[in-house]
Amino acid sequence: MNVIQQLKLGFRSLMLHKLRSALAVLGILIGVTAVIWLVAMGEGVSYQAQQQIKELGATSIIIRTIKPSEEANSDSGSRSGIAYGLLRSDYDRIITNVPTILSAVPMREISRDVRRDEFAVSAQVIGCTPEYFPINRLPVVRGRPLAASDLRGLENVVVLAHDVAERLFPIQDPLGRAIQIGTEFYVVVGIAQDRTAAAAIGGSFSARQYNRDVYIPLSTFRKRIGDRVITVRGGTFQNETIELNQITAVVDDVASVDTSADIIRALLSRYHKTLDYAVVVPKELLEQAETLRMMFNVLLLLIAGISLVVGGIGIMNIMLATVTERTREIGIRRALGATKGEIVQQFLWETVVLSGTGGLLGVAVGFLCGPTVEGVRLVIESFMPDVWSTLPSTIHQLEPRLAPWSIVAAFGISVGVGIVFGIYPAQRAANMDPIEALRHE
Amino acid sequence: MNNNTHEVPQEPVRVATVRNVTKVYRLGGQDVKALAGVSLEFKQGDFVAIMGSSGSGKSTLLNLLGCLDRPTTGHYLLGGHDVATLSDEDLSRVRGRYLGFVFQSYNLIQQLSVVENIMVPLSYQTPIRPDGRELSTKLATLVGLAGRLDHRPSQLSGGQQQRVAIARALVNNPHVILADEPTGNLDTATSNEIMDLLDVLNHTGRTIVMVTHEPDIAERAKTVITLRDGLIQSVEQNQT
Repeated sequence: MNVIQQLKLGFRSLMLHKLRSALAVLGILIGVTAVIWLVAMGEGVSYQAQQQIKELGATSIIIRTIKPSEEANSDSGSRSGIAYGLLRSDYDRIITNVPTILSAVPMREISRDVRRDEFAVSAQVIGCTPEYFPINRLPVVRGRPLAASDLRGLENVVVLAHDVAERLFPIQDPLGRAIQIGTEFYVVVGIAQDRTAAAAIGGSFSARQYNRDVYIPLSTFRKRIGDRVITVRGGTFQNETIELNQITAVVDDVASVDTSADIIRALLSRYHKTLDYAVVVPKELLEQAETLRMMFNVLLLLIAGISLVVGGIGIMNIMLATVTERTREIGIRRALGATKGEIVQQFLWETVVLSGTGGLLGVAVGFLCGPTVEGVRLVIESFMPDVWSTLPSTIHQLEPRLAPWSIVAAFGISVGVGIVFGIYPAQRAANMDPIEALRHE
Repeated sequence: MNNNTHEVPQEPVRVATVRNVTKVYRLGGQDVKALAGVSLEFKQGDFVAIMGSSGSGKSTLLNLLGCLDRPTTGHYLLGGHDVATLSDEDLSRVRGRYLGFVFQSYNLIQQLSVVENIMVPLSYQTPIRPDGRELSTKLATLVGLAGRLDHRPSQLSGGQQQRVAIARALVNNPHVILADEPTGNLDTATSNEIMDLLDVLNHTGRTIVMVTHEPDIAERAKTVITLRDGLIQSVEQNQT
């Protein structure tokens, strides 16, 4: 008998017990779907992380101010407040001492309400230099970016992020009009391109909400807003002095990123008693994310593999029942000339039909991963908005990505499971004594 | 061995020879002699009925003749092979090539149609006959089931099912057709129809060995062999 005849025979034998066969198929289907879905979601999450890291640039090094731990600055914690973080002199030292750096941008940021007449938004005010826009790959689509002359003249000019511009100027053209930050007025000179926020990379980095930014010259920031930040928390004043929040440096080549980062670390450690800064290398993050992704995939495959094995046990169970039930048929076939090998083959084909059908259906359901996630998200968003708002942005933005290898692997494993778990029942069928089998009622 | 033609040679040739065969079973630590030394010869065109009370060894003899079991001692020659020396796989091949089986309870495969049931022995033959379906259809017509080719066994009466079984026993053009109580589950009228069919086959040169305990069925055979305690008690030729 050829393969098609074998498959047809297997299918018809299985149709003798439709419900039982359907349940066995369901077991495999769930296993295969689990593999494809889990891998797709894992890939989706890691893709997000990688996109964000790539946005930062493989050749960039990010030096950020971080607040030192409470114990580390307990001696300096007094009425005069604490001063920590990157210094303007750090920036100078870095650009003069690290020869591989092509360009660098110092940044200062603070949350402030930004107003225009009756409109107000809470925005992130960022003091920066003109290099900010090319380094962050953020084009100014209308008007102009900040200019060197703005910095020199300490001009009160501002570039608005897309969302801020839309909120403050729903109708009018913002260019040339004034907005108010604190008590000062600034003239809008440009509007940056719309850019959706990237998801946070676990821990070391919070998500940049580019759309909530307003950009003013760094020198203007220093003069109008200053280094000192006073916040009231729990009835006590918190007095902090920060010169720079971040320095983003771009080096000439990917190969020199690690060395440059080491030089920067060495430079900074000499002038900072406490660890009030962090040097983040997106390239390293990318490599870490890649490793993490692989570990994640292995873990998912393991979990999914377990569910496939469970499905395989279901198949074995059903085939054992089938073999017992069809003892007479086995006897007949043996009497009519079938060898043990041919009986084994017949029952193996039957399990392959079972697991293969489950595999194919599982792949089909696997393709529904995207729409299903979208549907679930929609349901939670519209019926349980409270729950929705507490979910992390990773889940808000999760886009499952079907991995072709997972589809091939899932289907292959399911058929393999069918064969492995089909061997024992098939052997049992073949090893029956034909005389006994013919006598079986 | 040329067994691919349906033409039957004219002169009677020996198709199967049983020489001093014994079969001993071990039951609960005790040896039970089911066959105590039986010698038989079957020629082309024979129609033999084997009779005997239960425990006489007739089932054991039929199992041996059907190559479903090997003798403890002695020889059984079929199609040029000594069955006693064959491996399990070769036994399967010999069954598929030289023997046709008709059982008391028909033993059709439930999920297959009439034609497919008749074709089953062909699926274990190499090389595969390309005209298997045509041959099976022809045999189904021969046994009078032309209008029921695609029926399932459950849709047929007992007599019709036994006809399918007989057609299946013919499909591989066997040297010997072994029938185990072929009318045991049928009423008298249907039994006679089935025996008529076996008669017709015998007259076209088929060798038939039949086990039965009904004397009136045994009378339809040319030769009646009676077994007792694992030995041949009598061999009688019926008048025809």
